[in-house]
Amino acid sequence: MLEGKKVAILGDRDGVPGPAIKECIESAGAEVVFTTTECFV
Amino acid sequence: MDLENQQRVKDLAEKHGKENLVVILGGAEAEASGLACETVTNGDPTFAGPLAGVQLGLACYHILEPQIKDEVDEDVYDEQVSMMEMVLDVDDIVDEVSTYREKYSDFA
Repeated sequence: MLEGKKVAILGDRDGVPGPAIKECIESAGAEVVFTTTECFV
Repeated sequence: MDLENQQRVKDLAEKHGKENLVVILGGAEAEASGLACETVTNGDPTFAGPLAGVQLGLACYHILEPQIKDEVDEDVYDEQVSMMEMVLDVDDIVDEVSTYREKYSDFA
């Protein structure tokens, strides 16, 4: 499902931050085109 | 979801095509994660940002959802996510995000 897709990551400072999600998504064969870590609250 | 990120997602959907873009969330709370999913599928529910009235219908998942976890390298997931997985209310988050995705996403 993720392989070959472009991925935008909306991480959360109090949850899972953007860079941690990026590592995961790249290991699944997708291309990360945007990463941020926002404060959701 | 902040207004700047709404614009970024909107621009990326136009650039890469809605069918090719997947949004992955890392929110700590079910409600906020659900709102973010709603925003990138059905539009900004607060009608404040660039996605107000814009139904992108993107595929949107939380990093804790099994569909995503299953595709990630197990060692990487353990290293990057497993600690937060123990702390966060995974069931609530998965319920909330999947509800909006199933209702509004055109590509999931």
